[in-house]
Amino acid sequence: MSDIDNYRRRFMTGVVGVAATVSLPAGLLFWQTAEGKSNDDTGLASAKTRWGMLIDTTKCATGCDACVRGCDKENGLSGNTSPTSPQWIRKVQVSNPSTGNGFSLPMMCQHCEEPPCVDVCPTGASFKRVDGIVLVDRHICIGCRYCMMACPYKARSFIHHPETDQLAEVPRGQGCVESCTFCVQRIDEGKTTTACQDACNAEGHQAIYFGDLKDPNSEISKQLAQYSSQEVLPNLDLHTGVRYQGI
Amino acid sequence: MQIEFRELDGKSNAYYGLLGGWVALVLIGLFSAFQMEHYGHIITGMNNQVVWGMPHVFAVFMIVAASGALNVASIATVFGKKFYKPLAPLSALLAIALLAGGLTVLMLDLGRSDRVIVAMTHYNFKSVFAWNVFLYTGFFGFAALYIWTMMDRNVNRFNKPAGFGAFIWRLMLTTGTGSIFGFLVARQAYDSALLAPMFIVMSFSYGLAVYLLVLMLAYRWSKRLIGDVVITRLKNLLGVFVAAVMYFVLVYHLTNLYFTKQHDFERFILLDGGIYTLLFWGGQIVLGSVLPLILLYAPATRKSVSATFAACLLVVLGGLAQMYVTIIGGQAFPLQLFPGMVETSSFYDGVIHPYTPSLVEILLGLGGVGVVGAIVVFAVKLFRFLPESLDNSVIDAHHNVH
Repeated sequence: MSDIDNYRRRFMTGVVGVAATVSLPAGLLFWQTAEGKSNDDTGLASAKTRWGMLIDTTKCATGCDACVRGCDKENGLSGNTSPTSPQWIRKVQVSNPSTGNGFSLPMMCQHCEEPPCVDVCPTGASFKRVDGIVLVDRHICIGCRYCMMACPYKARSFIHHPETDQLAEVPRGQGCVESCTFCVQRIDEGKTTTACQDACNAEGHQAIYFGDLKDPNSEISKQLAQYSSQEVLPNLDLHTGVRYQGI
Repeated sequence: MQIEFRELDGKSNAYYGLLGGWVALVLIGLFSAFQMEHYGHIITGMNNQVVWGMPHVFAVFMIVAASGALNVASIATVFGKKFYKPLAPLSALLAIALLAGGLTVLMLDLGRSDRVIVAMTHYNFKSVFAWNVFLYTGFFGFAALYIWTMMDRNVNRFNKPAGFGAFIWRLMLTTGTGSIFGFLVARQAYDSALLAPMFIVMSFSYGLAVYLLVLMLAYRWSKRLIGDVVITRLKNLLGVFVAAVMYFVLVYHLTNLYFTKQHDFERFILLDGGIYTLLFWGGQIVLGSVLPLILLYAPATRKSVSATFAACLLVVLGGLAQMYVTIIGGQAFPLQLFPGMVETSSFYDGVIHPYTPSLVEILLGLGGVGVVGAIVVFAVKLFRFLPESLDNSVIDAHHNVH
């Protein structure tokens, strides 16, 4: 074997040795991060419930953004609307260019039964609880934003800068993706309304119903049974948890 | 006459200057990534509308080119063309280097790069991204194994199966890359099975262009001989690939133009999309496809090495333009919640989303290019990747190609 080959062999052995020495403690350090929090930890959620929302666009007032403000307050969002600001819920004004007819509605995570964000998430950070609420597990979200590419409703936001003054019950952090949680912090405390719904009711519009779709006696189920309603982008067949009347 | 492989001496100032230059680029890229990590993505041009930006343009280009760079080796091993055999080791090396460069950028762009380990410990097997984690790792493995069977006579008998495995794997890899976009039902620009084969053909073209550039520069700078037989063969192949990409682009847009619901999107890309229209026609089509084809085949330039070099460079630039149009143009066009209706909101529904790449994200992308350069320059000194000569006489004697 030539000197060069010997040298090369020693060099490669050295490289592998150094790599092993460095990676072992690094691996141990990463272990905690890597373990993260299991996303099957769904806490208080029950499969007997499917939370859903019904929005009556005929009662939703153009120009009113009480639901947005209510959401911002409940979840500690700034309310800024720059291109990098998170917006969990937004008012969308829709008009038909050929007839002039239009309507206004709040748009947020539609809590799909078959969520595209959950499908594409590489780590399983985007997940659906057994009660139908679609959430992001902030312990294992790596911030790849693939879910934002996949969401047909543009419902998700990425945190572009360090967050301060977060609310204890709604932890948020730079580099992760977030979206409407159906005010999961309230639900897990046993409450049955969302902040947007409360805000809408406080304004006297009563355009938002929230409740258990699996309970035939819930107000939302009764409304859905009585009046026709529709998903946004029904052709995608995602069986959204949010439905609209009057669109 | 046996073709001899020999590592570069790599003792000249020029060599260390070159290696130092690439390493400097890597450091600049790392510094940019650190800035993004510290201040957040607020210092990039990306936002909640255009969520993937310049880093992805660079990263996806390099990942696509990586699998394409391996083609030269595949032609030698899988398709048994002896002519390509001396060209194979560099091809596999470049494949590894390009993938490493692309992945570096992709990982450092993550909102939580510090958690990249999570992508190895938590898998959602329905995610194309998660599949890609396996495809990338497997590709490194196959390419490394392949190089080993090329370089070590003891295991040379496994060269064919290793090459075959690498070839199949690279087709799966690029199918995976194309499907990252193809499987997005939400966006009009994507949502098409055509993207997977289209990305494969793009990989042939980008990968070979990068391969030729590296080959020509390596031989020029190391003062080794490379004859026009090798270059002509490769550049003719490149021409075929460039034309094939154009075909796929044509079919993609024709299909969209046939569907009324896609007219707005097509109008945006082809007619009034500003930078995207300019990059499509000027970058992707004219500079990246038509001009290279002229340079590669026109009687006046087809025998010129400089013209071939320029054509390769243009294919790379055209490829970057194509990535920009595909990735960023596809996001700049708004999602339609209510097709046929006009939508407005505080979250920029219904409007074209502006995006201006910032310096940090461009530097991060270039850092990835630095990774490719540094790996290649270092590896050709360490191992016998390059034949001592690829002069016509050597090639002729070896293969009787004339």
